[in-house]
Amino acid sequence: MSLRTPLSKVRGLGSAKDGTEHWWHQRVTAVANIPLVLIFAFVLINSVGKPHAEVAALLGSPLVVIALLMMIGSITWHMRLGMQVIIEDYISSEGRKIAALMANTFFCAAMAVAGGFAILKLGFAS
Amino acid sequence: MTNSDVPRERPLSPHLQVYSPMLTMMMSIVHRITGSALYFGTFLVVWWLIAAASGPAYFDLVNGFFSSWFGRLILFGYTWAAINHMLGGIKHLFWDTGRGFELETVERNARLTLGGSIVLTILLWVIAYGVK
Repeated sequence: MSLRTPLSKVRGLGSAKDGTEHWWHQRVTAVANIPLVLIFAFVLINSVGKPHAEVAALLGSPLVVIALLMMIGSITWHMRLGMQVIIEDYISSEGRKIAALMANTFFCAAMAVAGGFAILKLGFAS
Repeated sequence: MTNSDVPRERPLSPHLQVYSPMLTMMMSIVHRITGSALYFGTFLVVWWLIAAASGPAYFDLVNGFFSSWFGRLILFGYTWAAINHMLGGIKHLFWDTGRGFELETVERNARLTLGGSIVLTILLWVIAYGVK
């Protein structure tokens, strides 16, 4: 017998085990992604056909490093949330669902760390 | 007494197969598919960044792959997926304000998303080739 009131049990803890955070984070990262991905597209276009030294110099300039770090953080968080919804929609077996959600987190974390490391290395090298 | 524990065939609510395809519904599905494609495509972005951080030899190797016709095809599709997902996302942000749910607006925005993504993708590639 729990001493917690029914309200305290359900507050922010529906079937999804959290409240509107998932939806809200999806929106915040979506808004952040718009300028950040456009900056990355601009950097990519400026790198087309350039030799390594020039690309590395561009990718290593402070403003680009800051923008790309934020982009990697925002897109990996956004895609983790998005894939989580897809997994929850299509995988009904509890065990396989948990395994898929874990794999989702691992993949997104790996992409965030690998991308972040590469950007920092370029930034500190130039 | 209830029969809730007696297994039996329960009627299922109608799903996708009972609807004829409509643009709005296809764009909704495409939004999820492009999201998934971008998810796995992040690997390519990170691969390219790691190549740039690794030095000229490896960078040339990875750039060689992306410059091949197969690499360009992947990048072209990736660009379109990103732009389509972004425009679809902006549409969702607009919906979040409680606006744009009138049937004609929904239909028009679906067309704008699809048409806009194709035009912007081609434009971006023309610019990229122009810069090169």
